[in-house]
Amino acid sequence: MLLSISTTHRPATDLGHLLHKHPDRLSAFDLGFGTAHVAYPEASGERCTAVLLVELAPEAAGRRGAGPTSGVGRTGFALAGSVNDRAYTASSLLAVAIGRVLGSALRGASNDRPELAATPIPLEIDLPVVSVRGGPALAARLFEPLGVEVRAEAIPLDPAFPDWGDSRFFHLQLRATTTLRQLLAQLYVLLPVLDDDKHYWVERSEIDKLLRRGEGWLATHPDRELITRRYLRHQPRLTREALDRLVVADGDLVDADAADEAGAAEEAAIERPLSLNEQRLAAVVAAVEEAGARTVADVGCGEGRLIQRLLRLPAVERVTGIDVSMRALRCASERLHLDTMAPRQRARVELAQGSSVYRDDRLRGVDAITAIEVIEHLDPHRIDTFTSCLLGHPGARTVIVTTPNVEYNARFAGMAPGALRHRDHRFEWTRAEFAAWAASAASEHGYRVAHRGIGPDDPELGPPTQMAVFAR
Amino acid sequence: MSAPDAAPVVTIPEVSLVVLVGVTSSGKSTFARAHFAPTEVVSSDECRALVADDENDQTATPAAFDLLHTIVRHRLALGRLTVVDATNLRKEDRRHLVDLAREHHVLPVAVVFDVPRWLCEQRNEARPDRTVPAQAIRSQHSLLRQSAGRLEREGFRRVVALRGDREVSGATVVRERLWTDQRHRPGPFDVIGDVHGCSEELDALLAALGYELEEGGGARHPDGRTAVFLGDLVDRGPGVVPVLRRVMAMVTAGSALCVPGNHEAKLLRALRGRNVKISHGLQQSLDQLAAADGAFVAQVVAFIDGLVSHAVLDGGSLVVAHAGLPEAMHNRASGAVRSFCLYGDTTGETDELGFPVRYPWAEDYAGRAVVVYGHTPVPEPVWVNNTICIDTGCVFGGRLTALRYPERALVSVPAVATHYAPTPGSPASDLAASGPAAEATPPDDAGRHAIDLARVLGRHQLTTSLMGPVTIRDDQAAAALEVMSRFAVDPRWLPYLPPTMAPAPTSTREGYLEHPAEAFTAYAQAGVGTVVAEEKHMGSRAVVLVGRDADALRRRFGLGGPGTTVTRTGRPFFVDEALGLAFLDAFAAAVGAAGLWDELRTDWLLVDAEIVPWSFKALDLLRHEYAPVASAGRAFSAVATEALARVAARGVAGADDLAARVEGRRDRIERFAAAYATHCWPTDGLRGVQVAPFQLLAAEGEVLAYRSHTWHLDAADRLVAADPGLVRPTRRVVVDTGDAPSCEAGTAWWLELVAAGGEGAVVKPLDGIVGKGRSLVQPGLKVRGPEYLRLIYGPTYDDPAQLAALRRRSLGHKRSLALRELALGLEGLDRLVRGASLTLVHQCAFAVLALETEPVDPRL
Repeated sequence: MLLSISTTHRPATDLGHLLHKHPDRLSAFDLGFGTAHVAYPEASGERCTAVLLVELAPEAAGRRGAGPTSGVGRTGFALAGSVNDRAYTASSLLAVAIGRVLGSALRGASNDRPELAATPIPLEIDLPVVSVRGGPALAARLFEPLGVEVRAEAIPLDPAFPDWGDSRFFHLQLRATTTLRQLLAQLYVLLPVLDDDKHYWVERSEIDKLLRRGEGWLATHPDRELITRRYLRHQPRLTREALDRLVVADGDLVDADAADEAGAAEEAAIERPLSLNEQRLAAVVAAVEEAGARTVADVGCGEGRLIQRLLRLPAVERVTGIDVSMRALRCASERLHLDTMAPRQRARVELAQGSSVYRDDRLRGVDAITAIEVIEHLDPHRIDTFTSCLLGHPGARTVIVTTPNVEYNARFAGMAPGALRHRDHRFEWTRAEFAAWAASAASEHGYRVAHRGIGPDDPELGPPTQMAVFAR
Repeated sequence: MSAPDAAPVVTIPEVSLVVLVGVTSSGKSTFARAHFAPTEVVSSDECRALVADDENDQTATPAAFDLLHTIVRHRLALGRLTVVDATNLRKEDRRHLVDLAREHHVLPVAVVFDVPRWLCEQRNEARPDRTVPAQAIRSQHSLLRQSAGRLEREGFRRVVALRGDREVSGATVVRERLWTDQRHRPGPFDVIGDVHGCSEELDALLAALGYELEEGGGARHPDGRTAVFLGDLVDRGPGVVPVLRRVMAMVTAGSALCVPGNHEAKLLRALRGRNVKISHGLQQSLDQLAAADGAFVAQVVAFIDGLVSHAVLDGGSLVVAHAGLPEAMHNRASGAVRSFCLYGDTTGETDELGFPVRYPWAEDYAGRAVVVYGHTPVPEPVWVNNTICIDTGCVFGGRLTALRYPERALVSVPAVATHYAPTPGSPASDLAASGPAAEATPPDDAGRHAIDLARVLGRHQLTTSLMGPVTIRDDQAAAALEVMSRFAVDPRWLPYLPPTMAPAPTSTREGYLEHPAEAFTAYAQAGVGTVVAEEKHMGSRAVVLVGRDADALRRRFGLGGPGTTVTRTGRPFFVDEALGLAFLDAFAAAVGAAGLWDELRTDWLLVDAEIVPWSFKALDLLRHEYAPVASAGRAFSAVATEALARVAARGVAGADDLAARVEGRRDRIERFAAAYATHCWPTDGLRGVQVAPFQLLAAEGEVLAYRSHTWHLDAADRLVAADPGLVRPTRRVVVDTGDAPSCEAGTAWWLELVAAGGEGAVVKPLDGIVGKGRSLVQPGLKVRGPEYLRLIYGPTYDDPAQLAALRRRSLGHKRSLALRELALGLEGLDRLVRGASLTLVHQCAFAVLALETEPVDPRL
């Protein structure tokens, strides 16, 4: 990665005094994760340019934890430890190098030119490769309020494949008349903010650093919240599951967890005006109560929102939450505070990994089975198996299934025609399609089925969520 | 019982529950120690010690017995002989044990220790560690008195009393094989379905099978084959007496085995004068036997009386029973087993026409043994989960069918007439109408195919033919369950997932991390003389299951359609369904044009292949992970090179070195970009997409994966010839690992291949699978080209310092994983081909996926 700093202040070579690096020497600094070099491609009275070039040590390139297998990137790419752009792009690693190599300049200290260090001078910063998640608009939003002029030029992905489009990288040029200290401090904070992918876990000391480097400009910045949030990306990632290792270089590039989170957020955003999820849970709880179920299994329990509500019903003696994702079960366990629950209450809940497309003897003997917004996550050719696993094998008195009504999607603002509510939905059914499935499932397995809508019932398109209650 | 002076012999069935009954200090534990292995004996004293550290702590008794019953239950479930060393004097204690024995279809045996009370008291007082009050021994003794004489009524199938100390100490124990246990008979067998007095057809079938019919009733096969009769020899048909004569003579001569059917059971009761309802053709038997002589009838009674419920043959690989038998009942003995063998698993309900509703046990069958049975007439025998019903309703005008074992071929002769009209509505009623040509199609009912979660989740051990047991940890299974449930295709479409492959041992040649010479040497050391180096295609791995037509796959796999193409993690390969179907159609046509359907006598084929270009499936990966590296690297290098040139021009010391390093980096980034660009080209529909099939895995009746690579590559060439547009050839060279010039030629071939942008090669033993167990040889070693490796280890991996660090990579784990996955994959194919249940096949594919979650360096 590379950063160049130029000035046209006269004499321009004073830049050497401000940076504490002699213009006629090539100096090298060991950073632990690599080596930083400072050199001057030009050093005349009119214009002086210093470059800070960082060579990453090979093993640091993919360091995200210990061992070669933990180098799994945000997309779940298994080879991210070796194949990545960290050696070339200006990122938080460059900010660290600025702090270590240009520490005095960053503090505004200069033995030889103390008054110059406090004087605004014309400065130019050139960053040949910066990853900007948010594009040039974000760069402008971040720098322009600080009086820094920004030029951002997109970099194509690969000239050999023009149809692949541009990369997420930009050639970024910044120009301002300000103190070197101020501009370096702003770079120090904003480089990781632009990239939004810090290479190390953020600790408490990072907050102090942010406050120190942000002194005098961050508090009044219109985007200070965004800056703070991105700089302190302090949600420690949940331990990556063994699942990630299944993502191999043959193109199965899907991070199941990330897709879930993003999908759930999208779905919630689409359905938010109705707080549909609340209504759905209330409707299911009412149906369970009406059925007089004392034992309930929630298949596809996710984070356990329904379980939480079912436990409030005094008549319910036991709830089994089943999900295929171990991660979802851990979230459910946390949400329900299973570890601190009182023993009598704790005995009413069980969480277990399971699947709606495998026969599960643990479902036999429960009074009611719920599968809330589950069926649409299955590929259509597996629906018959799902039906048999939920309605055939267990033999519960009551089975409750909910799924989106695709017709209603037209009523959601901001949904493209033909789009589905969640990126993992394999399909969404019309009312007629759902009714046809329910009728055939009921007759095959000896149930009566009743349909109920959840959410506002549109006279033309029906309710946003449809529910089938199977009973026998 | 035995004479006082003769030492008594206690005979017990090999699989049984032996309950010792006797007062404290009557010698039970000594007896158990003398005659049984320590692990066969479960003692209440030891259980008390295990739970409470003190075998005399009476407060621990309930817990101790709970433990004792648990151990007994597990042992019986596994079919292990188990001896219960406790006083067992109370009726309720014994009842619990008898129930456990029945539950697991194991014979309960009681051994009673009838030793004088004074002797027990004397011994008890002499024991330093024991404090049983004299009163206790007195009351125990009276319980023993009460127990005597009622043990048979309590359900013990055998009761042996040892009277006095002399008998106790002098007794010998003999274990006898169960009558059903015929594992020592390897066959080959001809299993014959329900005859029902069709003597003419029986003779015709025996002749068709190659038996020589003898005057006087018998028949023998010149090759020593054994006929196995599935029962229901009698009733309904016209030739009950000649059929019985023939079968009884064959059984006596040792050329046939016979198990009883429900009709024999009822006939026996009738012949013994019991009051039975004369129906279902019993009258025919009684009439025909009335005309025979009395001595023959007496022989018939003895013959039927001596028939054993079922037979386990050929080392346990074949089970025959009249009405079928679930695995938990194989080689077990109980009333329930006998009843199942005779009548099948009826639920007790009857349908609207009054016929018993049958529970379809075969659909849940997941056992290793082939089960052949009759009892319910079917139009056409169909394999269901490794079981087959061969009663083709001869007496109703259908056919008399035999299954040749181990060949699995069906031989049948048509009925000469409809001897007996079936009851309207019964399973037999549509036999004549549908005729023998009617195809029996297994229903496309996913419900019956849903796999029991307990068979895949949690820690498991699968026994493979290549490596014995392979363990799957519970966390691995958990990860695999999620992928299988959320992303994979239906298990019926997923009989196989490809195993991972290890690289050749790391090379120390300058500039190379991998080099073919290391692979040749490794195989030479493993004793493999001839190997083939096959071009490794750089695309995306695909397993293709393709059928000759949609019906073929429906018949065999229970799902219609032209087949499926999946990725190495079991996901649908083609995102665009229509494109996937077009691909399968084109591929099926190529298989047909290559003549493989006919040559392999199959109508389905499972193929391991690579689909190119890489960019077809992995475009997202290229755009999000690979191209950005090149893009950022180029932009960086351009600026850095220019800046350092200016620094150097100013005469700054040391700038040249840094400039040279940056220049080297720039060059490597260009090579990196070139390395992926080679594997990217535009496609439009199927235009530009090619498949390189490098191994045919399985077809009907054969696991092709065991064939030599000469054969596989020849088959691949024929597919190329059939459709050169779709099918991509696999270039290769055969190398003699013991011959230096041959190895050099192999190396030269590889160097040329990778210089032209090829990914590299896989070196495989030409003969295919070599070795077994601990001596199993890697089925292939990949040798990736130096440019391709940039896509794995990063653009600058061949920088000398980096290369030196990478050479320390450890391959042991990867190699072990490759062998375990190979063994699991082939086990799955073995199971698929021999018609094992979906559960058993799926377990293997599931296990391969589970093992893929092992934390192995993904770059290997």
